[in-house]
Amino acid sequence: MKWTWFHRLGSPKWFYELSGRWLPWFAVATVLLIATGLVWGLAIAPPDYQQGNSFRIIYIHVPASFLAQSIYISLAIAGVVGLVWKMKIADVALQQSAPIGAWMAFISLLTGAIWGKPTWGAYWVWDARLTAMLILLFLYFGVIALGQAISNRDSAAKACAVLSIVGVVNIPIIKYSVDWWNTLHQPATFSVIEKPAMPVEMWVPLLIMVLGFYCFFTTVLLMRMRLEILRREAKTSWVKAEVTRLVGKKHE
Amino acid sequence: MSRVFFLLILREARLLARRPAELANPLVFFAIVIALFPLAVGPETQMLRTLSPGLIWVAALLAVLLSLENLFRSDFEDGSLEQWVVSPHPLTVLVLAKVFAHWLFSGLALVLLSPVLAIMLGLPADRVPILLASLLLGTPILSLLGAVGAALTVGLKRGGILLALLILPLYIPVLILGSGVLQAALQGLPTLGYLLWMASLMMLTITFTPFAIAAGLKISVGE
Amino acid sequence: MNESIFAFNSFAEFIAMGKHGFYVWVCFGITIAALVLNVALPWLARRRYLNQEARRLRWEAMQ
Repeated sequence: MKWTWFHRLGSPKWFYELSGRWLPWFAVATVLLIATGLVWGLAIAPPDYQQGNSFRIIYIHVPASFLAQSIYISLAIAGVVGLVWKMKIADVALQQSAPIGAWMAFISLLTGAIWGKPTWGAYWVWDARLTAMLILLFLYFGVIALGQAISNRDSAAKACAVLSIVGVVNIPIIKYSVDWWNTLHQPATFSVIEKPAMPVEMWVPLLIMVLGFYCFFTTVLLMRMRLEILRREAKTSWVKAEVTRLVGKKHE
Repeated sequence: MSRVFFLLILREARLLARRPAELANPLVFFAIVIALFPLAVGPETQMLRTLSPGLIWVAALLAVLLSLENLFRSDFEDGSLEQWVVSPHPLTVLVLAKVFAHWLFSGLALVLLSPVLAIMLGLPADRVPILLASLLLGTPILSLLGAVGAALTVGLKRGGILLALLILPLYIPVLILGSGVLQAALQGLPTLGYLLWMASLMMLTITFTPFAIAAGLKISVGE
Repeated sequence: MNESIFAFNSFAEFIAMGKHGFYVWVCFGITIAALVLNVALPWLARRRYLNQEARRLRWEAMQ
């Protein structure tokens, strides 16, 4: 099993060059997938039998929720890689992913709340899913705040790694206890947002949007990581050459 | 290794004995926070009784958090933490001793004060044993999780609010379980299952958090 | 066959979303704005950084 690609990823220069080649493809994929998903979900998919047209919010709420959860897990993975293999790239990935994850959690909460109004009559209900997402948003804020509070860059990255790992271990416990708390206090069951059997015309655009959101995350993450690498490696000759080349092209 | 464990606890005891105010502060805080609620929502007994599980737990949780901010601070400042990190004894054991000592002198005190405050909130006296059991199982979890945050933020100048921000989300399962036990007790429902869950959560926390606390200390000291 | 692939019979209906227009469009609007913001900010930051850094390198070269 060739692990050289894994160790090569640890070289900022190699990562920068590789990501530079991949970034345009991810960007194009993002635009195509999200545009297709939006048109399909907004204009073509039939309205839901019970919820009417407000169900279309699912095409944002579900992708955002998936991303919010996956990104936190990727924070923990990046944390482990950074702590165990001491890869600076992992540190960069962790700290640059956290704000994107927080945005996704925020979008999930906002769309979930707005969707709640026509569905349940209130803008906010303390149901298990929204409450767990709110807690996830707080966990994100914690990682972001800790990273900014510690001035030494490497210590900050290690601290965020430890916090993300502690957080990710806690997430199943939090979800389980919030689910249980919800059943304790809500005798009336709210209808599940995703219907158990969704017709093809409804879940295909959902899948497209989920993929589009993942591509979006990858695109933005690569953009942010590349800038951070340029900053960190500013003293190296390859970065100086790259900067001069990029700015020189603009002056032509 | 157990010798080191007990010696550390004795050391903490002696240090805390020199500053009794440090022991009293979380207790007074606990009492004041609980007193705030009737003042804020009105003294109606039935309502307070219904709210009492949650109120006691939130107040206890905040009091523990407050007391943890300085858990490692004086050791950090006088260099003892560095000695711990490089000492031949496993840092996880040292850390466990320190947090246990802290719990013994502050968490346990909260537990002992809680019946008085609970009765003031209208909790029936025969529910007090359940209250004590839930707090006895829950406050070690709060201390250990809080110590993770304290270890990560000990080097920071104004780490208090950050500590709260980091740790409060992690406190939520304990809060749900702890106040859930009390609410079940109030309604006359069986509580043994919840207490067992809390006990297993406590065991899990004791097993895993020392590693995170040690990692956090190493990072803070290494700055 | 008179059936179009669209779920709505007119653009006005599309905007109205059967009384749920406000909710749907606020959600989609804020989300699109957030996505665009998340792309625009790093892009602008990169441009700003590159210009600053290039200026600094030129200055260094002159020393």
